[in-house]
Amino acid sequence: MPPRRPPVPWLKPGLFAGALIPLGVLVWRAAHRTLGADAIAIGLNQLGYLALVFLMASLACTPLKILTGWTWPIRVRRMLGLFAFFYGSLHLLTYVGIDQQLDWAVLWGDVTHRKFMIVGFLAFLCLAPLAWTSTDASVRRLGFARWKSLHRLAYVAGVLAVVHFIWRVKSDVRVPMTWAAILAALFLIRIADSVRTRRRKRARELVAARSVDVGTPG
Amino acid sequence: MSKPETPEPPSREITPEPHYLRRREFLRNAGLGVLTAAATGVGLVRLTSGGPGLARAGQKGTPAPEPQPLKVLGRYSTDEKPSRYDDVTHYNNFYEFGTDKTDPAANSGTLKTRPWTIAVEGLVKKPLTVDIDQLLKWFPLEERIYRMRCVEAWSMVIPWMGFPLGDFIRRVEPLGSAKYVAFQTLLDPKQMPLQRTHILEWPYVEGLRMDEATHPLTLLVAGLYGKALPNQNGAPLRLVVPWKYGFKGIKSIVKISFVDKQPKTTWSIEGPSEYGFYANVNPAVSHPRWSQATERRVGEFERRKTLPFNGYGDEVAQLYAGLDPKTLY
Repeated sequence: MPPRRPPVPWLKPGLFAGALIPLGVLVWRAAHRTLGADAIAIGLNQLGYLALVFLMASLACTPLKILTGWTWPIRVRRMLGLFAFFYGSLHLLTYVGIDQQLDWAVLWGDVTHRKFMIVGFLAFLCLAPLAWTSTDASVRRLGFARWKSLHRLAYVAGVLAVVHFIWRVKSDVRVPMTWAAILAALFLIRIADSVRTRRRKRARELVAARSVDVGTPG
Repeated sequence: MSKPETPEPPSREITPEPHYLRRREFLRNAGLGVLTAAATGVGLVRLTSGGPGLARAGQKGTPAPEPQPLKVLGRYSTDEKPSRYDDVTHYNNFYEFGTDKTDPAANSGTLKTRPWTIAVEGLVKKPLTVDIDQLLKWFPLEERIYRMRCVEAWSMVIPWMGFPLGDFIRRVEPLGSAKYVAFQTLLDPKQMPLQRTHILEWPYVEGLRMDEATHPLTLLVAGLYGKALPNQNGAPLRLVVPWKYGFKGIKSIVKISFVDKQPKTTWSIEGPSEYGFYANVNPAVSHPRWSQATERRVGEFERRKTLPFNGYGDEVAQLYAGLDPKTLY
């Protein structure tokens, strides 16, 4: 028998390469000075937006599986989450190192006074432990139940990132609000699914209990 | 039976069928992988390189006018290097045409700046409506090279062509009871497509105290870089108040009224805690979402310190004597 291989072996390498393309384009455009008048602000915005998109994509995996029964979303979920952390880190580093050029007084003011900055930074802080515990070994070490509840932080990060985006734009909140709606829809799907699962479980228990009552042999 | 010309290869050299099939599978997978990569990459780039307030790629703009030898600089002009014409005309906030910095240049072709009239109303001896070409004959246009500091912490240096608003005010003779000047942008969703949305309260309105309006630094502007004002920069006539954040410089003006109460201004309606009536450039008063201590001059890498009153303190600080500068955001 041939060794067991994943049914869609091209998916992960393809996604991996595709996820790096925007970074390549950004670096290329920065090097050729075609990013526009305020290139740093543009790069900063794009890196942040990429982090948000990957975070949302990783959060969409389980709801997608619930709706369709497909299993491939779960197999790319970790990679999507790690890319969210990767682009989030680049976004933060660009802000600290290139945009503010290590002006610690300003940065300290940001994290102590400006709620827009604070929520963005908290979103990053939520993602860091998830990236750290993203390995199979971590799942074993923590135990699946604890690992799973820790990784619910991804939803907290999602909410914080969307709030950061809404506060970022000056008045036209249509695009960030679209992301807020997507996030809410993802939440709803998960909640509806867990309600349904619980109900089914209770129904099964009831049936089992009744069978015991009438003494039907198991 | 004739011998085949090429001898059959020895069986050890024949690719076994499973390997042969796996090779096809490999090629298929490689193809699908490349397709996935391309679709993901292109999709991400398209999705994330635009968006509200997220400027898009620099596009090839109109060619810069010939650099003109600078005339003797007037006393109010800075000798700092003017920003590139392409940056001045392709990095704009003009929400009537879109919220990306490049939207105004791309979308403002729908604005018709001729014929164009400006109404002068309110507490004034000579209420009137004047055609823009008539108005531009009233005063000689002069070049003024000013710093422009945006509330978003970037700045430019722009060679404007205009005349002092004070000259205009003296000509139309406001009444003694007039304490403020209010300005209004054109309201016409056919020409200004984002006026169909509610991202701001339309039309855009701005205002100045009378002494600010008549200060010699305050300009009505009809051109930049020695040419007529491009639509995206507020054609045919806009306000420039160099010691205030850029949003005070209302564009495409159709009405100027003289009033006795502080007029409403668009951004202070939108976010009263973030944008005030005065909007004087002040590095000591942070915007609630970012510091105003420094700014990036468009085209430069290093940030520079923001100056009180955008460096025009010697000329204008006395206008605010006795007022707490922290309340003048």
